[in-house]
Amino acid sequence: MDMPVTKKKKLGLKERYALMTRGLGWEPSYQPIDDIFPMDRFEGIKIHDWDAWEDPFRLTMDAYWKYQAEKERKLYAIVDAFAQSNGHLTLSDARYINTVKLFVNGFAPLEYMSHRGFAHIGRQFRDVGPRVACMMQSLDEMRHSQTQIHAISNYNRYYSGMAEFRHHHDYLPYLQVPKSFFEDAATGGPFEFIVAIGFAFEYVLTNLVFVPFISGAAYNGDMGAMTFGFSAQSDEARHMTLGLEVIKFVLEQDPVNVPIVQKWLNKWTWRGVRLLTLVAMMQDYMLPKRVMSWAEAWEIYFEENCGALFRDLARYGIVMPPCVEQIRLERDHLSHIAWCHFYQARGTSDFHVWLPSKEDMDWLSAKYPDTFDRYYRPRYEYWAKCEAEGKPFEATAVPMQCQVCQIPMMFTEPGDPLTLCQRHADYKGEQYHFCSDHCRDIFEDEPEKFIQSKIAGHEVFKGNAFRPGTDPTAEGFNPAAEALAFFRIEHGRDNGLHNGSTDERNFALWRGLAKAND
Amino acid sequence: MAVKAIDTYEFEPADKAENFHGACVIYAGWDGHLLFSSPYAWPLPPDLPFAHFIAGPMAEIFGQHPDWAGIDWNSAVWTRNGEAFAPDMQASIAANGLSHKDALRFRTPGRDGLNGAGI
Amino acid sequence: MSSTVFLALQANDDTRHVIDAIMADNPAASLDPQPAMVRITAPGTLVVRRETIEELVGRDFDLQELHVNMISLSGRVDETDDIFTLSWDR
Repeated sequence: MDMPVTKKKKLGLKERYALMTRGLGWEPSYQPIDDIFPMDRFEGIKIHDWDAWEDPFRLTMDAYWKYQAEKERKLYAIVDAFAQSNGHLTLSDARYINTVKLFVNGFAPLEYMSHRGFAHIGRQFRDVGPRVACMMQSLDEMRHSQTQIHAISNYNRYYSGMAEFRHHHDYLPYLQVPKSFFEDAATGGPFEFIVAIGFAFEYVLTNLVFVPFISGAAYNGDMGAMTFGFSAQSDEARHMTLGLEVIKFVLEQDPVNVPIVQKWLNKWTWRGVRLLTLVAMMQDYMLPKRVMSWAEAWEIYFEENCGALFRDLARYGIVMPPCVEQIRLERDHLSHIAWCHFYQARGTSDFHVWLPSKEDMDWLSAKYPDTFDRYYRPRYEYWAKCEAEGKPFEATAVPMQCQVCQIPMMFTEPGDPLTLCQRHADYKGEQYHFCSDHCRDIFEDEPEKFIQSKIAGHEVFKGNAFRPGTDPTAEGFNPAAEALAFFRIEHGRDNGLHNGSTDERNFALWRGLAKAND
Repeated sequence: MAVKAIDTYEFEPADKAENFHGACVIYAGWDGHLLFSSPYAWPLPPDLPFAHFIAGPMAEIFGQHPDWAGIDWNSAVWTRNGEAFAPDMQASIAANGLSHKDALRFRTPGRDGLNGAGI
Repeated sequence: MSSTVFLALQANDDTRHVIDAIMADNPAASLDPQPAMVRITAPGTLVVRRETIEELVGRDFDLQELHVNMISLSGRVDETDDIFTLSWDR
């Protein structure tokens, strides 16, 4: 059929972007601009020409809604299909479910904190370009949090350790590590926040979480995690681009910004890598079917990717953060140190742990020829002997923690894998301990901030980890049991060893039922 | 350095001694025994004899290692916040000069972990 | 030395022709298939051309449709209606 078509000339991407972002802003007439935007100058960053900032994707709100809606439709189709077909019973192994627990407790709440952070700074920048980009990111982060919680809620119907994810994120000792990371960022100014999150969280961390790990989830049969992971990461590609663009923009504006940005890059590279300890452990120990080792993922997503970025930033006088030297020395130790810790501290975790099998250990020694057999295999073999004798090794004492990253002091001296590393500082008559030179440097730069850290073990000792109305002077008072009750960990169900857990039993039972008629 | 902020930025330390109901937090780690992933922390009464600290809270955890039973405590080498330290076993935590959030480490020569390998 | 750029895409029916188009337009690129995804790497620069994709899919294609299936990337981004460029080169 012939229809007369009057084709309107479409605006080009650049024109659309200009109209739909800067075109939406206005000059204030009856209030000074510094009063309207009081937060974007105190950090010492000088901006002379906000117009020089441009979103490289040139994404406008109308296109944003369109593509995000498409992503949601695809995501929910898969999430629903996975749930409707009892997809959890097609997983490679019940142990895999523990990565999902770690994800909903440790990561989904960070997405929510990121949503809040970007909503906050989206109000603080005086230019409409970054404000629009921050608003989109804020919406994205809310979406990630919701879709992750929603997809994982299907597991929560059957397995332990997920129902109290919000409370756990706020109080459970190991989850104070990710929580305090984000609180540190969110209490900085808007520029530090966007460098911290755009660079350390998006560029360094999410690439390692969502790409090799989510690819691993797919490999282990978890369509739910695969789909929310890839759907989220499709936004992260935009977020990391925004973060890097802001860094570049700030560096180009004034030479006075360079040392400030360098300091943040140093700090947040280290903080990001410390947080990645959890991901390293997931990658090497918690995926029953493995795609690549932590060390291999590291080479691609840190060495190659961050190397490229820092070579690019060199023209502004930015150098690779000094902590990278130690990071390289720790590469082949990180996941093992973490799993050894979680194995023995399993009483206060909301996921289950296990000892690597002989086959697992052979894979680990092949991937880590310089470290695994010499430093870590002997521990696992000894613990296996303890388990076989019916006396499993467990550390029930409260670990000493780093004042900055809040991780138990489990890291070893750079270059000396048999000596635990400890650093010390005094400030205003109090003493503080750190896992590394770099965490101590971060403390010494802003001591007044980190003396407020809520160190999980100390909170228990101070009596802050008991339910209201608890009387610690009562006869037979059991502080450890009371703390678990406050943390909402059901001892013997949520924590402990995978072997013999309710989750292991139920998975085997249900999978059996799924394959037979009665 | 001072924290850059939009207003005065000063806080009380969260973990001052007086917040611990009379207890004094002491950390201890056993060098050369990486079966234990980190040093541990205990809120101790300052009048607790040092020997009781070893025989009680420390033994409860470190006692799981085959090296623990029969350690000759006279030959153990201690540090406190990285500096040499010689505890008087019979004296209390306070009388040993230990203060809140002191970090102790000790080495037990001749007992150097599983198969002498530091683990 | 020029740094590597990459584009990671979900491996699905929407991206099959997109991947083919990218490989056709970037002779120096290499394709790394991983579970559920592909990672296309290239030295220095990688381009995605609307026209090449349109020829392969047989319909109009908006480069911003890439957002739906894009997993990750590395490199500076420059996007116009016709070409999406990732580059570390200046």
